[in-house]
Amino acid sequence: MHPAFSVIFLTTLIGVGQGIFLALFTVESYAAFGLLPVQEDSYYAIGCALSLLFLIAGLIASLFHLGRPERAWRSAAQWRTSWLSREVVALPAFMGALALYGLAHLIGFNPTLTTLPSGTPVTVTLILGTGATLLAFALFLCTGMIYACLRFIQAWHSPLTVINYVLFGGASGFTLAAAHASIAAPDLVIFLAGWALVITLLGLTGWLASRTRNTRIKPKSTLPTAIGIKHPHIAQASQGLMGGSFNTREFFHGNTQKMLQGLQGFSFVCAFVLPTVLLVIGLSSASSGWLLTAFICQYAGLLAERWLFFAQARHPQNLYYQAVA
Amino acid sequence: MQLALVIDLNVCVGCHACVINCKEWNTSGTAGPMTDLNPYGKDPTGTFFNRVQTFEVGTFPDTEVVHFPKSCLHCEEPPCVPVCPTGASYKRVEDGIVLVNYDQCIGCKYCSWACPYGAREFDETQRVMKKCTLCVDRIYDTHLTEEERRPACVRACPTGARLFGDIHDPASEVSIAIRESGGYPLMPEWGTQPANHYLPRRKTRLRIRKDELDRADNPLKIDGQLPTPDRTAPSLDDIASW
Ligand code: SF4
Ligand code: SF4
Repeated sequence: MHPAFSVIFLTTLIGVGQGIFLALFTVESYAAFGLLPVQEDSYYAIGCALSLLFLIAGLIASLFHLGRPERAWRSAAQWRTSWLSREVVALPAFMGALALYGLAHLIGFNPTLTTLPSGTPVTVTLILGTGATLLAFALFLCTGMIYACLRFIQAWHSPLTVINYVLFGGASGFTLAAAHASIAAPDLVIFLAGWALVITLLGLTGWLASRTRNTRIKPKSTLPTAIGIKHPHIAQASQGLMGGSFNTREFFHGNTQKMLQGLQGFSFVCAFVLPTVLLVIGLSSASSGWLLTAFICQYAGLLAERWLFFAQARHPQNLYYQAVA
Repeated sequence: MQLALVIDLNVCVGCHACVINCKEWNTSGTAGPMTDLNPYGKDPTGTFFNRVQTFEVGTFPDTEVVHFPKSCLHCEEPPCVPVCPTGASYKRVEDGIVLVNYDQCIGCKYCSWACPYGAREFDETQRVMKKCTLCVDRIYDTHLTEEERRPACVRACPTGARLFGDIHDPASEVSIAIRESGGYPLMPEWGTQPANHYLPRRKTRLRIRKDELDRADNPLKIDGQLPTPDRTAPSLDDIASW
């Protein structure tokens, strides 16, 4: 497939946004159970603003993907059948819940609604946060399923697609949340950087698993099934066009295998290896510089990873364009 | 009803007449425009609903050239339809034609990813997704004669390689062709159930036995006369009086 930067930025940016929020709410939940020191409301409010910033940036990036962005509102219509439509519903829903959660913290509106038998108070922000958490995961599911549901694109048609969207978004979000904490709430750095480390390593596992799976895929469609002629030697003499067409542009990345391999190495190092090292350094030194570098490095690596996600997916229509394929 | 095309690969000569007539009809019709970009420049490109590709099957010198026209197959289980977020892509209940509503399409291209056949093309000028309509603006037009109420590609095909009809009607020309001439769908492995079918190459050999040379079935023999001139004399089959 041809990697479109609009979609690459959309998926990676909202992934960070979702990750930061999940980090914030993990902190708040731990704090509610007395496992972490209670934080100022401003810590959450600023974290939410940061998360919203990424989500809005992703939303803007997504508009560049559309031929008719002015009609984008129409895309919420088919949520019964289309994962893309579901994402279009889930994204603003999550943003709304996130904004409410942030607002509640910002104005300090946090009455206790009830108390659990264990004595833990259930506050408004905990309820809002739980809702937003569910929506964050729903959004991850929708984003991943947009790709995973296309059974013809075998590289995507796997639960690993959804799992990796969650893990990569979570890793980059927690890393940024750790960097934020190193400035705003230093007593959280070890906790958040530790989780970022764990999720990054889980992400690496998911990444390796999907790489391994994809190199072993046996294409279900072949040229004989595509044109219905059962013969081992079929050569294409003409593609039915002279210059190019939508079919030769949209479904091919047009880069060499070498470039792809280079990028694969880059994403391996930048998205997983270096952030691991940097997080360990950041964790032990609690230095915002290192943690911020870890995030920037990881984000760059994830951009490359997402680019490869598209470039390395083979669409069966490519069988009809052997000269390009 | 499920309208469809049946394309006879044994007959198609790869002349591209269907491609041209499709473009001519549709670029000026309700499905148009089908924009060409840079038509006289270095990298011409454009929107087409139907393209003819050519494949060479076998290894030299035992090769056979197969011309392969392909447009939207109007799948009975179209994977391109449920993925559309806006509902712009839909399959008509009454005749099974898969269409795009250009006024609703946001140009997200998701449907083109979901079509395994590469049958959908994004129009760079109108910025919406386009595809074969089976000439829906033509086949029901009562201003046209019955003969003309067929898709433009079918009308244009000089060899009659393209059949058009309802594949759910077992008595239709297309159903008979699929049933009796080995009609097959493309990429059956995905369960999309394409409505369009293809008829395979056939080897047709003419076998003439000796008694046929003696005109065994020649009705003139009924009166007991052997055909004249004598069978050793040169003759023009089909043109000579016997
Ligand atoms: S051929 Fe492609 S565009 Fe046409 S109905 Fe089937 S899946 Fe949809
Ligand atoms: S490009 Fe248009 S028709 Fe295709 S999925 Fe998007 S909105 Fe639907």
